[in-house]
Amino acid sequence: MFEGWPLLSVLVWLPIAGGVALLAIGRQSAVLTRWLALVFAALTFLLSLPLWTGFDPHGGMQFVERVPWIPVFGIEYALGVDGIAMPLIILTTFSTLIVVLAGWDTITDKPSVYYACFLIMEGIMNGVFAAMDAILFYVFWEAMLVPMFLIIGIWGGENRIYATIKFFLYTFLGSVLMLVALVYLRFQADSFAIADMYGLGLPLSVQTLIFLAFLAAFAVKVPMWPVHTWLPDAHVEAPTGGSVILAAIMLKIGAYGFLRFSLPIAPDASLKLSGLLIALSLIAVVYIGLVALVQKDMKKLIAYSSIAHMGFVTLGFFVIFPIMANVGFSDGGALLAMQGGMVQMVAHGFVSAAMFLCVGVLYDRMHTRQIEAYGGVVNTMPMFAAFFVLFAMANSGLPGTAGFVGEFMVILSSFKASFWYSLLAATALITGAAYTLWMIKRVVFGAVANEQVAALDDLNKREFFVLLVLAIAVVGLGVYPAPLVEVIEPSLQRVLDVVTAR
Amino acid sequence: MPMMPDFSLAMPEIWVGVMACVILMMDLFIPGRDRVITMWLSLFTLAVAAWLTIRQQWGVEAVTFGESYIADNLAVVLKVSIYAMTALAFLYAQRYLKQRGLLQGEFFVLGLFGVLGMMVISSAHSLLTAYIGLELLALCQYALVAYNRNSQLAGEAAMKYFVLGALSSGILLYGMSMIYGATATLELAAIAEAAARSGDNILYVFGLVFMLVGVAFKFGAVPFHMWVPDVYEGAPTPVALYIGTAPKIAALALFLRLLAEGLGALQEHWQLMVAILAVLSLIIGNLFAIVQSNFKRLLGYSTVSHIGFVLLGLVAGSEQGFGAALFYVVTYAITAAGAFAIIILLSREGFEGDRLDDLKGLFRRDGWAALALLLMMFSMTGIPGTVGFYAKLLVIKALIDVGMVWLAVFAIVFAVISAFYYLKVLKIAFFDPVEDNSALQASGGFRLILTGNALAVLLLGIFPGSLMAVCLAAFG
Repeated sequence: MFEGWPLLSVLVWLPIAGGVALLAIGRQSAVLTRWLALVFAALTFLLSLPLWTGFDPHGGMQFVERVPWIPVFGIEYALGVDGIAMPLIILTTFSTLIVVLAGWDTITDKPSVYYACFLIMEGIMNGVFAAMDAILFYVFWEAMLVPMFLIIGIWGGENRIYATIKFFLYTFLGSVLMLVALVYLRFQADSFAIADMYGLGLPLSVQTLIFLAFLAAFAVKVPMWPVHTWLPDAHVEAPTGGSVILAAIMLKIGAYGFLRFSLPIAPDASLKLSGLLIALSLIAVVYIGLVALVQKDMKKLIAYSSIAHMGFVTLGFFVIFPIMANVGFSDGGALLAMQGGMVQMVAHGFVSAAMFLCVGVLYDRMHTRQIEAYGGVVNTMPMFAAFFVLFAMANSGLPGTAGFVGEFMVILSSFKASFWYSLLAATALITGAAYTLWMIKRVVFGAVANEQVAALDDLNKREFFVLLVLAIAVVGLGVYPAPLVEVIEPSLQRVLDVVTAR
Repeated sequence: MPMMPDFSLAMPEIWVGVMACVILMMDLFIPGRDRVITMWLSLFTLAVAAWLTIRQQWGVEAVTFGESYIADNLAVVLKVSIYAMTALAFLYAQRYLKQRGLLQGEFFVLGLFGVLGMMVISSAHSLLTAYIGLELLALCQYALVAYNRNSQLAGEAAMKYFVLGALSSGILLYGMSMIYGATATLELAAIAEAAARSGDNILYVFGLVFMLVGVAFKFGAVPFHMWVPDVYEGAPTPVALYIGTAPKIAALALFLRLLAEGLGALQEHWQLMVAILAVLSLIIGNLFAIVQSNFKRLLGYSTVSHIGFVLLGLVAGSEQGFGAALFYVVTYAITAAGAFAIIILLSREGFEGDRLDDLKGLFRRDGWAALALLLMMFSMTGIPGTVGFYAKLLVIKALIDVGMVWLAVFAIVFAVISAFYYLKVLKIAFFDPVEDNSALQASGGFRLILTGNALAVLLLGIFPGSLMAVCLAAFG
């Protein structure tokens, strides 16, 4: 049905047009604003579903659109998705829809600008995943910063100005170094198309510099230790919707960058520095897990747990090198590791979105995120408690939930690299359970702590619907991850082929 | 035997010169204190000049007036952008001047004579022509800065500008005299030939250094930038807008004619010098802008840093580099005009509105003005979606394509440092609570032009290709 449609362009520009429309006419009434935002978000989500149904896992880049954009420099407006980008686009449209629903009556200050920022950001993020031209990719990558800067700064918490400026400057510095690398690659490859930058056979010294430039950008975005310090501040100070989008999508964009740029363009440098990247990933998993344990603020705890989970993703991407060194290229171990990383990306998108939404539900009622202000929430909000416990279990990596699949695949495959990598990675399951379940115990279970908790109302219909949808996604992905794995496998194999082709 | 000069080639200059005199005369007889007729006449002059320039001079490469005047693609691009920027300055100026009872014909006449000076620089094919154009522009600028007689700050700024400007013009002339001494000719093509033959003569390098100093002053490059923050702060805001936009294009024209065309053979010599100027401008401009509390002064220092970027495009030395520098200057002028326009929007009679604190809570006072400010500030930072990104991208690409990768990395790191003070401006406008909740008085016309300006920044940020192609075609 959507054969001739430029579907990716629609997914990029429809939300942006929606955002602009909201800015123009949303001022009149908050009700009009909300419903218009919902219409655009829902429409974009529904239009992203044909990407899944019309996708052929073995088909390479699909839904390709190619138009000259700046002919004098050979920059094209080229969009296309493969198995790596497509699930992430659907995750983006889904998350934005959830965010629009979540902010329904909680945002009262200039809601038209709020929703406009999210819709515009949705379009830009779709553009990042779909871009096939390096400059187009960079344009969308940087443009993301503007709406997020405004969201944290205008609707955020007390320390929001510090958090948003730190977020902006940190990410900006990493990104501009990536720009230099991209322009240099253009000089080498004579083309700005990303696919033309693969397999150039650059000398190792040049590859290392390019890899480090990309690392600056992606390590800050993912984030990896030690450039992770912007994330706890940004997540805590952002409004609930902002935290959801940050955790669910923005972090994944950094990991996507590793898959799309660092590994295929600089494979020899990736091999050489894989030890460093594995070490940084394991530090994130183990050390940040311990840091999460001592947090007193619920959102900060979930923020640190996000960093730990993203450590699994980068571990999965870079442990392929010691795996291949041990068992060779044709064993499935390396592919399994990458699949684990990718599944963890999608799963963490759902789980962290859900966790932040749960904290948002509590914050809307009690206006505090401190764990000590809560206790025995299950007595007054049993439905909410059920959801919160489910998502906490998913966060800890309980089998049957989405959080387990990716982590299991990564741990299993890293066993082929080294027993110690596996062991350290597996401690994530222990610390993950520790910090999440301890928080649950203090917040949800036990006796009612104080009169504010005693006065809490349970979920209203809108909140229930949002959490239900996420619960279905989390459990569905945990029980039956095969459809996702089938989609991503050939594309990841292609990346692996480029990396090993040398 | 002296030939008759080809007047038709120089029609734009003749037209502007004649019209400026006509407007000066007519202004005496226009009744009433409202000078709107003068403004529209000036705009008409510029529009016709643009049409004449494109018609007479595009695609042509001819010299006239005894080989001291050249008409080529570069001249057309430079002149048309100068007309556009001046027209924008005139349109923005009207409101500010009317509020203070300064709306008199002299403003437009001085502006037009300044344009004439800039046109002569753009088409200069001889040392003397360039100097004449430069002096005409400079004298008009000194007068414009002092335009508000009752402002002590403006008088001080004008004095500083005049003294330093006269000094630098003298230095430029001294350098020119050395080149004349070495080549026995004033005409740029002949100088280029002579320099190619015997360029390592120390006399050439001496002349080059002095000329470069004069040009650097016009740019506002460190360490010849001292006039920039004071003039930007002291001059009436529309004058600062005018000085910050069109004459920067003229300064680039001066560089391209004198140093790139005339002394192109000495490129290895001036490349290093310009690189030093660029690096210093980036450092000083960005670091000093961080501590400013006056928005106009901040824009002054930020101009210094952007000139650093423009100079880097010139350092690259290739046609691509020159095209990048031209694109950067033109797009920066558009952005700076918008930023100054917002200051004009904030101002009322007796209230300058140029402190950073005057921006507090602009988002809540007037969301549309805040959006325009957002676009301007992010364009200056170099965020994609706005035209400033492509300006920086072109310069970076030009540098990398000639192998100066580390210079590109250095420039880009300072772009991040500049983000700090642009974010500070946006923080004050968007995140700080409102202090002065009076409504912004702006006529529909002013809003329309500012909207057009902001749209230009946005649309050029999405479709920069045509302007880029034009800037590159100026050299090819």
